[in-house]
Amino acid sequence: MKYVLMFVETEQFARELAAMGEVEREAAYAAVGRWFAEHADKITHHTHLHPVHTATTVRLDGGEPLVTDGPFVEGKEVVSGFAEVEVADLDEALALARSWPACPIVEIRPAS
Amino acid sequence: MDESATHEALARVVREHAGRLAASLVSLLGDFAAAEDLVQDAVEIALKRWPVEGVPERPDAWLFTVARRRGLDVLRRESTYRAKLAQLAWPVPAEPDDRLRLIFTCCHPALSRPAQIALTLRVVCGLSAAQIAAAFLVPETTVAQRITRAKKKIAEAGIPYRMPAGEELPSRLEQVLAVIYLLFNEGYLSSTAERAQARDLVDDAGWLAALLASLMPKEPEAAGLLALIRLHRARGAARFDAAGRLVLLADQDRSQWDHKVIEEAIALLVRTARTHRRPGPYQLQAAIVACHAEAERFEDTDWRQIVVLYDLLLALAPSPVGRLHRAIALRYAHGPEAALAELAELDRGLERYPLLHATRAELLRDLGRHAEAHRADARALELTANPAQQALLEERLTWT
Repeated sequence: MKYVLMFVETEQFARELAAMGEVEREAAYAAVGRWFAEHADKITHHTHLHPVHTATTVRLDGGEPLVTDGPFVEGKEVVSGFAEVEVADLDEALALARSWPACPIVEIRPAS
Repeated sequence: MDESATHEALARVVREHAGRLAASLVSLLGDFAAAEDLVQDAVEIALKRWPVEGVPERPDAWLFTVARRRGLDVLRRESTYRAKLAQLAWPVPAEPDDRLRLIFTCCHPALSRPAQIALTLRVVCGLSAAQIAAAFLVPETTVAQRITRAKKKIAEAGIPYRMPAGEELPSRLEQVLAVIYLLFNEGYLSSTAERAQARDLVDDAGWLAALLASLMPKEPEAAGLLALIRLHRARGAARFDAAGRLVLLADQDRSQWDHKVIEEAIALLVRTARTHRRPGPYQLQAAIVACHAEAERFEDTDWRQIVVLYDLLLALAPSPVGRLHRAIALRYAHGPEAALAELAELDRGLERYPLLHATRAELLRDLGRHAEAHRADARALELTANPAQQALLEERLTWT
């Protein structure tokens, strides 16, 4: 089955990342790189999103499309990336998510 | 047979067979929801016809035949299912008991706790949505929706029909044990009057715990939960007085306890501890209840042993409520001052928990500090919604 893992950052995680020294941050990125390499056979696609202050939202449910600065929900938790994976079932997707070494929340959704 | 006895007998027969049938049909069809629908239909027909026609000699074969016929009928369009069902004949080839897979799927962590509970009762124990609704005092439509949504999630999110293994197993087993214990508490804590019309969840929880313990002999916590439930049940008759009021442990008539069941449960606990040497929260809670169950009179309770067991329990599973119960044991083992000092540290986490304040009131009263005791009881009364507790606290407030 195909699933999308949505990686979600929290404010605290962003602060911790910002407070890291060069070496520490390199190590954190390297851990993420290793995770993608290790599971390359299951990951069909992945995307890293730029920080939320770069987001622009368009709302089409009014009369005219409304363009606003910022993400569609203002919150303390923001999606920072996606990985599309092809695995047998939810338990396998859960195992992948459990081993994710970076941001503290991962949402798993079946996809087609 | 009077009506409630008939119901109980039917419940037992259904529980014994519905889960097995569901397990083999899920394996056969590879479709949890479709298999579950067939079993539920068969159970509903059985519950209508058996009280009139009598329980058939082979209820399992009867349920199987009805589910199969029903499947051939309703799955007309699903040609692969039809083909599989058509080939199926009674008796189904003997296979190892598959109900563990069923239980673990119903208690999958991707399902909400209420969904896990409803699904387990329905699929593993064969309860109807109406029976579950009556036991939890919620509308039947709520339960029906919960089950429908859970089955949809299983299918659409790809929750597998499998037994977790390896490093996954401990946390998954914890979920299953938690669901069974919750069911037990739901039944055990409701008063007999509230329960009179509903199916007794305590029976279902006890049955599930026994099934799990027999299917997972290598897991000491499964046996621990079974012993815990049996120890509680053995004392059930003494928990309410003739008027349906709760009787506190210190005031219970211990001759009403089922001492044979207590003895057997303690033997199971000791055997489990010796064989596995892997204590866990359920074994330790059962050991604490065993200390109470073994005491001939309230004064004979081995409080020091209970404090030691709470220490072990809190080391494995720290919780403020656990610490409060340890403090209560401490009062009897080492006196009210030691217990009061413990409570001071619990204020932050349990400020809104009535038992904390009621316990503090009792300790202060022991120490002759009546004005403070009065204030603590008043605070406890503010916080509780339980009528039995309110009555007790109001009575105490008139003392001082």
